[in-house]
Formats: sequence, C-alpha cells, structure tokens
Amino acid sequence: MTTQSLRGDAVGIEQVTKIYGEGANAVAALKGVSLTIGDNEFFTLLGPSGCGKTTLLRILAGFEQVSAGKVFLFGEEIEQLPPNRRPINTVFQHYALFPHMTVEENIAFGLKRLGREPAEIRARVGEVMEIVRLGGFAHRRPGQLSGGQQQRVALARALAPQPKILLLDEPLSALDLKLRQQMRVELKQIQENTGITFIFVTHDQEEALAMSDRIAVMSQGEVQQLGTAQEIYERPNNRFVADFIGDANILAVTVLGDDDGSGYRRCRTAQGMEILCAGSGAPGSTPHVSIRPERIAIGAVGSMADGIACDVERVVYLGTNRQFLVCLADGLKLTVLVPNALRAGSELQPGDKAVIHVPPGTAQLLKD
Amino acid sequence: MAVPLPAGSQQETAAGLSGRDRLLLLAPALLMITVFLILPLGFILVYSFLTKGTYGGVIWEFSTAAYEQFLFERDLFTDELVFHASYLQIYGRSIVQALVATTASLIIGFPTAYYIATRPPSQRNMWVFLITVPYWVNLLIRTVSMLFIVRDEGPLNTALMATGLIDQPIRIAYTDFAIGLGLVYSYLPFMVLPIYAAIERFDFRLLEAGHDLYADRWTILRQIVIPLTRPGIVAGCLLVFIPSLGSFIAPDLLGGGKNLMIGNTIALQFQSSRNWPFGSAAAIILLTLVLIVLVIFARRAQQAAVASGR
Amino acid sequence: MARARIDLKRYPAFGTLTWACIVLLYAPMLVIMIYSFNELRSITNWGGFSLAWYWKAITNPQLHAATFNSIVVALSAATLGTVLALCAALAMSRGRRLRYQDTGFAIINLPLMVPEIVTAIGSLVFFLAVGIQLGLLTIIIAHTVFCIPFAYLPIAARLQGIEGYYEEAARDLYASRWETFRFVTLPLMLPGVIAGYMLAFIVSLDDFIITNMVAGPGATTLPMAIYGMVRTGFTPEINAISTMMLLVSALFVSASYLIGRAGDRKYNAQ
Repeated sequence: MTTQSLRGDAVGIEQVTKIYGEGANAVAALKGVSLTIGDNEFFTLLGPSGCGKTTLLRILAGFEQVSAGKVFLFGEEIEQLPPNRRPINTVFQHYALFPHMTVEENIAFGLKRLGREPAEIRARVGEVMEIVRLGGFAHRRPGQLSGGQQQRVALARALAPQPKILLLDEPLSALDLKLRQQMRVELKQIQENTGITFIFVTHDQEEALAMSDRIAVMSQGEVQQLGTAQEIYERPNNRFVADFIGDANILAVTVLGDDDGSGYRRCRTAQGMEILCAGSGAPGSTPHVSIRPERIAIGAVGSMADGIACDVERVVYLGTNRQFLVCLADGLKLTVLVPNALRAGSELQPGDKAVIHVPPGTAQLLKD
Repeated sequence: MAVPLPAGSQQETAAGLSGRDRLLLLAPALLMITVFLILPLGFILVYSFLTKGTYGGVIWEFSTAAYEQFLFERDLFTDELVFHASYLQIYGRSIVQALVATTASLIIGFPTAYYIATRPPSQRNMWVFLITVPYWVNLLIRTVSMLFIVRDEGPLNTALMATGLIDQPIRIAYTDFAIGLGLVYSYLPFMVLPIYAAIERFDFRLLEAGHDLYADRWTILRQIVIPLTRPGIVAGCLLVFIPSLGSFIAPDLLGGGKNLMIGNTIALQFQSSRNWPFGSAAAIILLTLVLIVLVIFARRAQQAAVASGR
Repeated sequence: MARARIDLKRYPAFGTLTWACIVLLYAPMLVIMIYSFNELRSITNWGGFSLAWYWKAITNPQLHAATFNSIVVALSAATLGTVLALCAALAMSRGRRLRYQDTGFAIINLPLMVPEIVTAIGSLVFFLAVGIQLGLLTIIIAHTVFCIPFAYLPIAARLQGIEGYYEEAARDLYASRWETFRFVTLPLMLPGVIAGYMLAFIVSLDDFIITNMVAGPGATTLPMAIYGMVRTGFTPEINAISTMMLLVSALFVSASYLIGRAGDRKYNAQ
C-alpha cells in the first residue's frame, strides 16, 4: 500500500509500531500495523484482550505516541497532535463521565472547550440528547443514571462536537445482553444517520459481525485479516481467525493437487478422508483447513447418497440448534451443528450410526 | 526490531503531563524539604564535631568532645577522662520509657483495634473517628490536661480521697509513671489505627477454619490472628516507640523537668546549658537510633513480603 | 437457632478495654473542659458555673498577639504546604512510575520520620548559620516543611482514587492541560485538598516544639503562650484556653472528615 492511497482515506495507519518498556523489558503491543479506514465507514477492531486493538485506538485518540510509523487523518499526519487538537472523540469503556457535572454539563464540555457560543451549545446539546433518546435527564448526575443511560450520555458527549471520527472502546461490554443487542442496532443507525466514521473496538465477535462494514481481526499486535463480516467468517485467512470467529473444525490436511477447474483443491486429512477445499495451497504442502459445523449435513444411515458413515458420540440441545459430536470410521472427530427447525438428525441419539456430508468448498484452506 | 525506543519524557500521564512536567511539579516540595530539613540535619551533623562556644554557638574547630561527653567526664583536677554514665542513663531510661509506653499501648490498642474491626461496617467509621480526634487536639493541651488530673491536688486524687480509698494524695505527677501515662495518652491512636487497618483486611473465615480444627479462642488469637496482622502490629509499635523516644512535652511537663529524657536533654543544650555541639551530637545519636529501628523493621517487612510471595 | 450461634469473633474483655481506651483518650479533656467553667480560682474545688475564666482569657492582650501570630503562621504554612503537596501529588500519582518515585516519596515523608526535637534544633542551627532573622518568617518556613506530608497524604490518596480516564476524556473533548486540571482534576480531588489543607492548618496551629526553637524573641504563638502560663503556675484560665483550642481542633477535624465523606458520597453515588 502506498502513502498516496493512505492519504485519500479518513484514517491511514502506516507501519505503526508501539513498544512499551525499554531494553529487556520491552514489549511490542503493535508490530507494524498498516490499514486504511474510509469516510463514513463503521470499522471494527476485533481481537482478544492484549491483541493491541485498544493500543491502536489510544494512538488514534492521541493518548499514546507511536514508537514508529505514521498516522494520517484525511491526509494529514497527526502523530504530533495532542488529544485536544484532534477532531476525534472517544466513547470510553467505563464511560468516564465527569461525576461532578450533570448530564447536560458533560455533553456541553467539548463544545465549551471549542469556544462555541452558549446558544449554539444549548441547541447542540438538546439535539444530541434527542439522538440518543435522553430527554428529561439533563440535570441528573452520572451517579444517578443506570448503566445503559450512562452509556447514552457517553455517546452523546462524544457526538456533540461533531467529530470526524468517533472511537468506541468496548462501549457495550458493561451492559447486559438484552440492552447490548438493542444498542447494537441503535449504534449502527446513529452511525448511518450522522455519517461519522466509527472505529469500534471489541472482543465480542457477534457484536463485530452485526454492526461493521469492515472488520480488522487482530492478534499479538498484528492485523490477521481485514474484510467484511462475511469474508472473515466464511473465508478465514488463517487458523487464528477461523478459531476466533465462530466455531470451526480445524483439521490438518495434505494438498493433493492443483485447482482442477472446479475452483477447489483436493485434500486428504491425516486419517485419509478426501475433501474438496476452497483457498490456495501448493500440492504436497500440509496446511490446516477449517470447516464450519453448520455447513456439514448429518442424517440417519441411508438418508444421503454419498454420506460418510460415522458414530454419534454426543448430542447437545442448544435451543435454536442441536450440536453433534461425531466420530468417523477413520477416527476423525467433527462437530456438526443443525438448526432444530430442520428436524434433520433429530432422532439421532449418542451411540447411533449416522452419515455426514461435507459439501465441496465448505472446507477453507488456512495459511496457519 | 530496529525501532527507536521512545524517550522516557515522551510518556505522558492521562492529563498530558510529560516526565519533565512532573519533575517540575515535584521539585518545589522536594526542594523545600531538602533545603529546610535535610540541609539542617547536615548542619547539626557538622556542628556535633565542632567545639562549643562560650555563650552558645560553636567555634569552627574539629572536636569529638561532644561524643566523648556521653561516656566520659573530664576530671577537673587531673584533666583525665573518667567514665560516667549519666547520659547513657538518660538514653537508657528513654528507651525503657518508650518500650513501656509501647507495650502498654499495645495491650490497650490491640483489643481496641480488634473490637472496632469486628463492629458492623456502618459503626466502624464512627469508632475510627473517635480514636482519631484526640490525635488532632494539641499535644501540649492534652498533656496539660493529663497533668491537671494527676496532680496531688487534682481531680483524681481528690476523688480518691473523697471516697476514702486513700487519705494521702498518691504522688503521680512528676514521676516516671506520669511520663509513661502521658506517652501512652499521646500516641495511643497511632497504635490503634494501623492494627485496625490490618484486622479489617483479615479474613474472618479463617477463624471458622481454626475452630473447625479444634483450636480454642486464645489459640486462634495467638496462632492465626496475631501472625496474620503482624505488619499492622509492627507499624503501630513503631509509630508509638519512635515519637516516644524523642518526646519532649510529656517528660517536660509530667516529669517536672527533673526526670529527663533524650528530647529534654537536647533542648536543654540549646536553651540554658548552651552546649550546641553536645546537643547536636545527642540529636544525631537519637536520629541514628530512630533510623536503625526503621531500617531493621523495613528490611524485615520486605523479607516477610518476599517470603509470603507478595 | 441464629441466636444460639456462638460469635467466633468475640473475645471477652476486648469491649471493656475499648471503652477503657476511649475513656483514657477523652477523660482528661472532658475534665479540663468541666473545670474551665469553675467559678473558684481553686483548681480543686467546685464553686459553681462561671464564664469568668473565658472572659479573662479572651481579654488577655498577650493571648491576642499570640493568637494572631498562630493564625498568620497556620494560614501561610498550610497554604504554601498544600500547594507544594498538591503539585507533588499530581506528579507522583499519575502516569508511569517515575525513576525517582521512591526517593521522592521518602523525602516528602521525611518530616514525619525525623523526631520533632531534632528538626527543631536543626532548623534553629540552620537559620542562625545562614543568617535568617528568627521570627514569624522562620516559624512559617519550618511549619511549611512539616505541613507538606500532612497535606500530601490525603491529596495523594484522593488522587489515586480518581481514574485516569476522566482526564483522558477531558483531553479528548478539546480541553487543554490547564483546562483539564481546572475543570476535571481539581474539582474531583477537591475533598482531598480541603482535608489536607485543614490537617496542615491544625498541625501548624498545634506545633510547640519546633516553633519554640525557631521563634526567637517577640514572635510568640498560642501554644508557646500556654506553655509559658503552665510553667509559671496552673490557673483555670489555662483550662479555658485549652477548651477553646480543643474545640477548634475537634471542629476542624470533624469538618475535614465530613467534607471527605461528602465528596466520596457525591461522586460514588449509584
């Protein structure tokens, strides 16, 4: 990627490295991360704790300095700007609402620091309070609000100065499940209505998949894969992504041949089963493949023409779905997920014989 | 990795203060204490090795006379140094007096701290407050009020005589006992508070475990509670012992100025006796004693912390 | 039954000793308060209620001067000490550990470690040696030194309880470093600052040993005046002055305690 293309986007991150500590104690939190984020994009940094996603966010906000690399905002380098000179606002993980100020004062804080006129401030505060549906709470203090309300105040406070970029640091992690699901929809709507670029940090893959235009999956200070939710889920790049996003059966295989025109490669598992895999891999190489459990079909013996025989070892009822652990004749164990609505395999019990089918291209070759 | 490491000053605090800003903020307080406390301590160290001036002050001539004076007396006639123990006795008495005060404070303070820590949480703050208030009341006034009570004709003796328990006032004021009483009274809150803090953190489920394993109350106190709250007990003892050792007001008022302790001996050299080098030497010895005690306990606390894997 | 359960935590006699402790701490002060209202000059017998000794104390011109000096000293030393402690606490309680953090902390707490009598003669010798005229100025300087740790401890404790993200949020919302301090850090740490200031004020008002050494002729403070009076003979006037000073101290400490608690409640209410 060239510097030129970075400059056209809302955010350009070029070879950013962050090292904490010195000498022998030095730990690299980011190892040469490069990516671009477009204007009006809902962009998510997804990864387990310690993967560097929060560090990257803090670098964008200006709370941390890069050890090396460049950060561009609409083509301008901003590494040297202090946080108060960046048109970027943050929704903090713990909200960080000023406890000694009312809701109104919290929301007006940024506008006052920008030196806006009192009338304009009043109008804008009212406006964003409408956006986050907080009417009537103007004179409460943060301590008197519920977690969900505090979250809305934090969002309103960050939206009020109309930043170019809004950073959200796991803003939903402190809410309970129902509220979290509701806020996902609202956040996405607010992002679409305001047209502000959202950069969202989370370790919750479901959250990331539900809201994002694009997702950067991070691990150990590096971007593992960058793409839309569907790309990341269905075409994981490597073992980490396949494992981290959703459930996956990960198998070691040997690539037997080149693409035979069907778009798939013939591979053999260690136990000897042959499958047609998507993705690339040189013949003779021994990569891993990922097979999503819900892409495998299962049924009673005789229900499928080209089924592979297996033993049902365990059946777990999960509400929407039913999960099977099956063992193939060659000893390979696979997890299979079937929606209960399909009724497929609903009669199967542990100890029964069954057949499974792995459609061509279901298995995705990984880069390790 | 060939990445330039950030300089320390680049690391900022949340409020955006760089290392240099923080040094600038810290400097005035450190400077104030360095110039007006550490430097003066250096001065008395130097003065303790000088020759005493006739009307106070010093003559700039190196001498160890001030330190010799602790152990020896110059015989007026033969000009020989003769061993004499009166200053050693003052130090000895001060140490004993401070130890007694510390022990007495511990005997009252530990049960008090324990009792407070086992009150319902809502009451604890009130109790702690009750223990704290006397500390903030002027030490001089508290000592004066103690003197007022224990005087021969004071309320204590009057009350005792009125009840017919005694027909002569008991002599308490101007005795070592009065000094000890004054010291306990002065520094008791220092004993209670750290022990309270330690017991409050104590996991009382261990008591149930102890009882479950057939220990009785007193065994549990000796073998579980006291060992686990030892850091608080040690801190309390230090906080009583150290100020007691260098105390001035209690021996001065309650001892009537005749039962001297280290503090009075030092003050005297800068008031009527006018022997600055000797006073400085006495102060340096006191300071050394205090530092030795502090270092010993700091080291032991560190070892204990390492041993318990913290 | 719940009632019949033995309370494993209880030790017999501990409650009694606690009350003994409270009595020991408060009885002398209560007695002196009661006797301050004694009509008789005799400090032994009770001759009826009277405010005569208070009147005598209040109208004593020597005490006026001493009180004035004490207040001037306490206001100056507490203010200066609190400002220095506030700056030091900001430097020490925020961000990564400084390389000189432990040394800094040791120096700030040094005035609490050195026996007061040693500090007293050290200051005396120092002021005379460098030629600073003994008087109110030297008292203020000496008091400022020990006011620093007393103000520092509550301020630093408060500051450590304030998460760094409030300041980050302020910076994020376009506040300069000064505005961040002015509108966020200072209001949040204010209860600690007030508590620290009050403690420093009381400690300065109470000090006798150091003051007595560095005062020089002429600059008499209230504790020095009381000491002088006790030395020349015990009169009920001393009881009256003591009672008044006692109440002032108790008032200050209670206020600082309540302000600290109110601060906690205000910001942590959920």
